[in-house]
Parts: sequence; C-alpha cells; structure tokens
Amino acid sequence: MGHGFSTLFYKEVLRFWKVASQTVGAPVLTALLYLLIFSHVLAGHVQVHGVIYTAFLIPGLVMMSVLQNAFANSSSSLIQSKVTGNIVFVLLPPISYLEFYLAYVLASVVRGLVVGAGVLLATFWFAPLDFVEPWWILVFALMGGAILGSLGVIAGIWADKFDQLAAFQNFLIMPLTFLSGVFYSVHSLPPFWQQVSHWNPVFYMIDGFRHGFFGVSDASPWLSLAVVGSCLALLTVFTLNLLKRGYKLRA
Amino acid sequence: MSAAIRITQVSKCFGSVRALDQVDLEVQRGEFFGLLGPNGAGKTTLISALAGLVRADSGSLNVMGHDVQLDYRAARRLLGVVPQELVFDPFFTVRESLKIQSGYFGIRDNDEWIDEILENLGLTSKANANMRMLSGGMKRRVLVAQALVHRPPVIVLDEPTAGVDVELRQTLWAFIRRLNEAGHTIVLTTHYLEEAENLCNRIAMLKAGRVVALDTTAQLLRRFSTHCLRLRTDGAMPAELAADAAQNGGWWSLPFDAFDQVEPMLAKIRAAGCRIDDLEIGKPDLEEVFVRVMQGQHEGQVS
Repeated sequence: MGHGFSTLFYKEVLRFWKVASQTVGAPVLTALLYLLIFSHVLAGHVQVHGVIYTAFLIPGLVMMSVLQNAFANSSSSLIQSKVTGNIVFVLLPPISYLEFYLAYVLASVVRGLVVGAGVLLATFWFAPLDFVEPWWILVFALMGGAILGSLGVIAGIWADKFDQLAAFQNFLIMPLTFLSGVFYSVHSLPPFWQQVSHWNPVFYMIDGFRHGFFGVSDASPWLSLAVVGSCLALLTVFTLNLLKRGYKLRA
Repeated sequence: MSAAIRITQVSKCFGSVRALDQVDLEVQRGEFFGLLGPNGAGKTTLISALAGLVRADSGSLNVMGHDVQLDYRAARRLLGVVPQELVFDPFFTVRESLKIQSGYFGIRDNDEWIDEILENLGLTSKANANMRMLSGGMKRRVLVAQALVHRPPVIVLDEPTAGVDVELRQTLWAFIRRLNEAGHTIVLTTHYLEEAENLCNRIAMLKAGRVVALDTTAQLLRRFSTHCLRLRTDGAMPAELAADAAQNGGWWSLPFDAFDQVEPMLAKIRAAGCRIDDLEIGKPDLEEVFVRVMQGQHEGQVS
C-alpha cells in the first residue's frame, strides 16, 4: 500500500474527526438515551443468560453504534463527494481500486470503533460489565465495522441522491441492526422470529461481540465468526468488483 | 520520444449520444494546445477519457507513452487536470487540500512546491482559510493549484477562465505560460477565442464528437480568415468590389490578403464617387475561423 492509500485513509478519518460532535458525540448521546430508557423500563424485570438486563444491553448498544457509524462514514463521505463533485480529487490520482476500498473501509472501522468506545465509556457506569473473552470483542467489532463500511461504500457509490442513501439506510441497515438482538435475546422470541433472526448476519455480529463480555451467547461464537467472516469475504469481493469496473464512478 | 498526448481512434457513446466519434489527436511535448468547440462538442468527455474519469468504448489514449487504462498509475502521475466544475472539499483549508492532494500522488513533504504554487497564483494569504470561505475566483485558483501539486509534465485546463475576473485571468495565464516555457505541455479548452488565439500554438476544433479542424493557429487564421477592410458608405459600392464583399447594415466588408491591395480598393471607391463615412481594418480572427468551421463549410479539410 502506497502513500496514496495512507493519505486517503488519513483524509477520511480527518473528515469525520473535524465534525466529531456530529459524527461521534451525537451517536454516543443517542445510545446513552436508549440505555436510560430501556434499562429504566426493563431492569429488574428481565434477566438474559443470568445477566442483569442493563449489563446485557450495553454491549448490544456498543455494537449497534459501531455498525451504524461504520456504515454512515463511508456512505455519507462518498455521496457528499459525488453530489458536490469533489470525488474527482480521488479519481484523478494514481490510487488503485484496492487502495480506494481499503482506505474507505478502514476509516469506517475507525469511526465505528471510536463511537463504540465512546458509548462504552458513557454507559459502563450503569452496570457491572465483564470482559471474559476480550479477543471476541475485538474480532467482531473489527469485522462488523468492516462489513458495514463495505455496505456504506456500495450504498454511497450506488446512490445518486441523498434520499436514495436514506432509503438504503432506513429500509435495510436500520431493520437489520434493530432486529438483531441488540435489545433482547433472540431466545426470548417466538420460534418463527428466532428462525428469521438466524438469517440476519447482524445477529451474529452482535451475539459474537456480546460473547466476549459474558462468555455466553445465543449462538456459538465460532459459528458467528464463520457467518460474519463469510459475509465480509463476500462483500469485499463484490465491492472490489464494483470499484474495478468503475461502477457509477468512472462512466 | 513519445508524444505528450496520443489519442487514437477514440469513440465514446452515452446511451444513443455519440460523444466522441473516432477521435485522433496528437499533442507534442512542449506545445500549448487549444481544444475548441461549442458546448456538447465532446471536449470535456475527451479530457475525462484522458484522465481516466470516463472509459472510452474503443481506441486508446496515451500520456507520454503510457496508456491511461493499462498503465494508469504512470499516466495519471504525468497528467494534471483542472476540472471545469468549480469543486472543492468543504472540510479542509487551502493548504490541507493541497497537502492531501500531494499525498494522493504519493508525495510527502511537498511544502516548498506548494508555497511556490500558492505564491504564483496569489493564494499565499488564503493558505489557511477554509475552502468554504473563499470566493469563486479563489476556489478556481485552488483547483489549478491542486492540479499542479505533483508537477505534471502535461497539464490540461478545462475552461479555467469561465466566469473569472480579469486579474485572475492575467495571473493564471502568466503562470501557465511560465510553466509552458519551462517545458510543460499545456492543453486548454476555452470559449474565449481571443485567449486561445493569443496562447495556443496549435488548435483542434471539435464538433459533435469529431475533430473538424486541426492546425497551427497561424495556419488556421490564414486558411479561414483574412484581413478585411470595413467601410460605412452612403450605400453605394462599385460592382467590381461588391462582388467579393459582404454587406451588413450600412457596413461593407472587403476581404484582402495584403496591405498593398487597400489603396487600389479605396481608389476605386473614390473613382465611383462613393462617400466614406467610416473605415476600419479588421485582422483575421479566430472567431471567424470558428464560426466558419462550425458551419461546416470546411469539413473534410482536416490536416
């Protein structure tokens, strides 16, 4: 990877960091509000896997923030560059499609991790958290962030207008993340919805991530790793192919 | 030594619109080359294809001997493009934009050259201003600066002076001329034909995706335009002269090739007893060439 890649990566990180109150502060506050409301309503009534509800909820919120912000970073950066036209600054230099992909996705992962760490910092006073198997935490955060970062690249390239991007976000990303066991264990669902949840890759990201905290989860972390790893590999190949063909970027 | 730019049989369609139709063009190193044509003639498409922003359907494009698709890294490193649209990244200052752009081309520690560009384009005082705060003209200067950060030997400017004030135009052209004298190849598109006439040593004219004229500026002027004597008379004109002349309102235009023909013409008019109310001598100009080429009177005369 050359200096072109590292510059693009740096620029993508700098871009969100310059408006950190929107890109980091706001999502941390949102997650904190979710925690306050749900834990107020449900704590004391619900226990999951023997863990008190607030403690169960925190890793879910952290991971949801990682995923949503990873998606937001690459998708919003690309659509803004396309709409304003400054995407040419990235298309004119000798940057390969692989460098392009990695720079956008890694910057998305960084944004996801920064927001995730912020949510963790803001919420972990509310309940005792363990970090039983921390490497799972890291692995799923990185891979989940990369998957949503890739989806963000796809959405950002595909969308011509902001409302198309919003549709992608509202009708795909939001349902997938909300219906993935962030707020509940899928074992508490009726059998039909349990089955449906097992088709949602985001479920495995959150379940595996949560496993790192408590050492227990709905699915085996190895199964989750296999599902999440396959998704990442598939999306990477798909996105690289789009970029190689110059889909919507190089007419 | 390979040409600065070699375009061979390049075609490009957008849907049913044929934007480029088997374009052949070669620009030698060190040239100041003009690419002219009405809106929609394919100038920007051609530049975009050269820059790799658009992929040609057929044919090949080379920058200093490097194919823009097969050997895109080398080709892009040798090419600096000033886009026509006034685009900027609102997140950064002028200096940040230029440092980032340098980095994209693999260049670290480019401050000395960046300072030189800023100085030459009159941007030094704006170096730390955010891009959003700049006026349109200043943003245009930054666009030029961004195209130059990697010291490209071939520089393409797509209508760099559209909507730009006189001062910037002069600063810009002085700078570009210096770059040209230092050996950079310059390709320019513009709608200001006077600019092209003054700056470019060779000109190609595009119409509906095809090259319809290609020659040195001097030859084009000689071939398609002449000196002319313009007269406002009391209406009459000797038949002998009127045959070659064009009449527009009260004005007669009499073309001539050499100045020693002027005196006999005036003598004939005097002899016919016509009164001359006003008189001027027009030089050959590119606008006339342009109009005549675009009207298709000289199609097929591509040399």
